[in-house]
Amino acid sequence: MLEASNLECVRGERRLFAGVSFRLAGGEMLYLQGKNGSGKTSLLRMLCGLTPAASGDIRWRGRPIGKLGDEFRSELCYLGHQNAIKEELTPLENIRSSATLAQETLDADAALDALEQLGLLSRADLPCRYLSQGQKRRAALARLVHEKRALWVLDEPYVALDAAAVELISGLIGAHLQRGGLAVLTTHQTVAVPAAALRELWLGADDAAQ
Amino acid sequence: MVESIRAVIGRDLRLAMRRQADIVAAMFFFIIVVSLFPLGVGPEAAQLRRLAPGVLWVAALLATMLSLPRLFADDHRDGTLEQLALAPQPLALIVLGKVIAHWLVAGLPLVLLAPLLGIQFDLAGDALAVLTLSLLIGTPALSGIGAIGAALTLGVRGGGVLLSLLVLPLYIPVLIFGAGSVDATLSGLGPQAHLSLLGALALGGVFFAPWPTAAALRVALE
Repeated sequence: MLEASNLECVRGERRLFAGVSFRLAGGEMLYLQGKNGSGKTSLLRMLCGLTPAASGDIRWRGRPIGKLGDEFRSELCYLGHQNAIKEELTPLENIRSSATLAQETLDADAALDALEQLGLLSRADLPCRYLSQGQKRRAALARLVHEKRALWVLDEPYVALDAAAVELISGLIGAHLQRGGLAVLTTHQTVAVPAAALRELWLGADDAAQ
Repeated sequence: MVESIRAVIGRDLRLAMRRQADIVAAMFFFIIVVSLFPLGVGPEAAQLRRLAPGVLWVAALLATMLSLPRLFADDHRDGTLEQLALAPQPLALIVLGKVIAHWLVAGLPLVLLAPLLGIQFDLAGDALAVLTLSLLIGTPALSGIGAIGAALTLGVRGGGVLLSLLVLPLYIPVLIFGAGSVDATLSGLGPQAHLSLLGALALGGVFFAPWPTAAALRVALE
């Protein structure tokens, strides 16, 4: 379903990687690995269409993502380095307003259920600026609980999370893959996603290995 | 379409309500700048009446400039802008929502304060009404045009000054027709022509600005 061929990434004067190709079918997960600065985040942003690739193309269901536009974006769930959490809003307001902006319907019960699963129910009405780093990350990840979009692109989802939360998120990703979804993620931790058809991709510092 | 615009407006208004200090600061800036002129120029009523439209309009431009840098910067910093850019609806619609919210928060208070401040300049009732009306029609254009500048200077170091240099010249037509409408009233000509042109600028500013703004935001996100 997701197909990348010969992707090249140039940042400033430096070529981060070239000739990166992969193919990902429903139920499969791509585990992107590489040293700091090898271009993992850049590749993820390319897959979302945020950064254009220097060369190569990315296809979703056989069609280039640039042409698909909002058709592609409505099947994409991207979670970046930054949490996209508003400090002034409470976790509950945050996940409800981001769901509305993403044109999804998330009623109050579903939102509270998501927060409960992430262990944030007691903080649901506290502005996010009073939360710890890990709790903010949890609030950002709460959207995955009810996320039904086919392609999840997760940039370091486990950063700042404790062991229990890591396991919970792995479980959510596993369930998503079992429903036939796709996931692309980077992490420096060794994480076992249950029942995942796993593909690995190493981004080298200079030579891009597949 | 209307739903998603409303969602953006609702979110931005709620955020503004949680950060009222920003709104209040811009309003006080407007009040103080306008109030300094009668003190500096002296109490001669005829002179003040002549100065009033220009002073109020220039102060409104400057007060708008205060809030513009944060129009997209906060969303950019915490990653929300990426999410907005990846939302299924066109980014321009989201920008339109943000422009409307910006006007409600930064433009509308100026309109409401204007009649009060106009009294300091000994403006007569009809001139006060036209001044307020001209700000009501013209300030949306300031938010729209300002959004383009805010997007172009997003993530640029020293962006605030650059933003002023970029946007203030583009505000000149709005200033001319806005202040001109009050002058025309004072001199006995009707304000209709000026107000119509101001309305055209506002419509253009609000409904055409979102597209270049969205394009500039996508470049800033790359």
